[in-house]
Amino acid sequence: MTAPAIEIENLCKEYPHGFLHLRKKVSLEGLTMQVEDGEVFGFLGPNGAGKSTTIKLLMGIIFPTTGSARILGKPVSDVAMRRHIGYLPEQPYFYDYLTAAEILDYLARFHGYSTAERNERVQKMLKKVGLETAGKIQLRKFSKGMLQRVGLAQAILHDPKLVILDEPMSGLDPVGRREVRDIILELKNAGKTILFSTHILSDAEMLCDRVGVIAGGKLRGVGAPGSIVGVQATGMEIVFEAPASGTIPEKIRSRALKSGGTYRVAVGEAELYGTLDELRAGAAKIISVTQIKPTLEDFFMDLVGKDRAQAAAIEVTGK
Amino acid sequence: MTHVLIVARNTFREAVRDRVLYNLLLFALLMIASAVVVGQISMAIESIVMVSLGLSAISLIGLLIAVFTGVGLVSKEIDKRTLHAVLAKPLHRWEFLLGKFSGLVLTLAVNTAAMGAGLFLAMLFVKHTIVRADAVVLVAVYFILLKLALVVALAMLFSCFTSPLLAILFTAGLYIAGLFVAQMQHLQSTQLNPQSQKLFSVLAYVLPNFGNYDVMGAAAHGRRIAASLIAQTTLYTLVYCALVLGIAALIFSRKDLK
Repeated sequence: MTAPAIEIENLCKEYPHGFLHLRKKVSLEGLTMQVEDGEVFGFLGPNGAGKSTTIKLLMGIIFPTTGSARILGKPVSDVAMRRHIGYLPEQPYFYDYLTAAEILDYLARFHGYSTAERNERVQKMLKKVGLETAGKIQLRKFSKGMLQRVGLAQAILHDPKLVILDEPMSGLDPVGRREVRDIILELKNAGKTILFSTHILSDAEMLCDRVGVIAGGKLRGVGAPGSIVGVQATGMEIVFEAPASGTIPEKIRSRALKSGGTYRVAVGEAELYGTLDELRAGAAKIISVTQIKPTLEDFFMDLVGKDRAQAAAIEVTGK
Repeated sequence: MTHVLIVARNTFREAVRDRVLYNLLLFALLMIASAVVVGQISMAIESIVMVSLGLSAISLIGLLIAVFTGVGLVSKEIDKRTLHAVLAKPLHRWEFLLGKFSGLVLTLAVNTAAMGAGLFLAMLFVKHTIVRADAVVLVAVYFILLKLALVVALAMLFSCFTSPLLAILFTAGLYIAGLFVAQMQHLQSTQLNPQSQKLFSVLAYVLPNFGNYDVMGAAAHGRRIAASLIAQTTLYTLVYCALVLGIAALIFSRKDLK
């Protein structure tokens, strides 16, 4: 059996806090998880949940208070192991006096490629991220989205086994997001392991084999995007148009949400057919009937809501 | 060592593109103006004035670059988070630190050499000749470069654990204190209480002796500087820089970045 690509064991991170740095702010609390070889793992959580902290700990940018982590079987402090990792920092910043081609060339040099090999890889990557015509422009003239693309290019330039992307969709327009999604899928098909953090849940649902949800510095659940939220439908949604003549029963109209000439109403499975009959009797045009399943977003919002309630309770009771 | 060179090359490129070397224009203007003015002075002291003025300008401009750019070498990278993508590569933090140091010292070397050449041109304009004894000015320029390297190392050390503003203050403070090391050594022999004597004795050993690098008087008067002094000062700088950078690397290697 192949060893996990990432193993995190009881990782904690506390930051000194307050005027004299005497107080501690816990950013990550006892995080234990694994990312298997060859999977796409989505790391989900609201802002300040601990996603970037975890990734920075993995990349050796910050150091854990307690706990340990291993990447590709090696401790994260092993510098040589980083040959096999590609990393896209959150909101990547690069030397703005360099051009896109120069920064890629600079970072490629640390992998020991020859000049010809570097040139070839740089051109290939610029093309892959849609910057082939912007290679000679200084980064200070780049938009946030273009910098994100440069960040992605440098992360995969050296054909790493493991790619860690911190908010890869951040700052991208819909076309850019689609392109990044395609690159992630391409990497997955090439057998790479990918860990990416995001708070855009639809991206995680679309791309990930498994997701881990983190909130308040604690891991709240790990599993396939479907399994983590449960697959049981919670009801049915009927979308219909009101008739020009005819009537919609008041008990349906009062529960429905109106958008233009279209209505949406959520009903329990047991009352589906009765509701449809009543709508047809009132000459309504049924547009669609779909199952309502809890999404990652529901799960996510539920967690955040519980956290806030707990925080409020602590504030009130002082415990 | 290759990684150190990669970082050094990029640091030099940064300095060039950030127009750090534009100070050379200021120096050139200063030299031209001085040469014209000094030309009006008596023949006996015009060379002395020219050399003193030129070396002081080289030292001052170099010090400003060494302190301000030196402090920003690491702290700017931390603040702007440009370091994150670099440290994700198979590169030790000490290699990064040493590369940044080497890159700025290379920049200062080019800068100092260009200013030194400018000084010789000004001397030629004033004296209409350059003689073998004028080579001592080159030695003085070399000593300034050694001093600047040590200042850069100190600036980097302070910027590893404190804010840029405090790092500038600490570096400037230590530089000024370092100019008085010889006086501190002298104070030991005077009638001080034992505690003060001990304190000055320790300080005289620990503080970088920036007085070592002041050979401006000898250069202005064309006095020869012994080869042993050149070797001794070079070795002193290398050892002191290695110690300072070693401590900086220890601190930086355990530092949480933003």
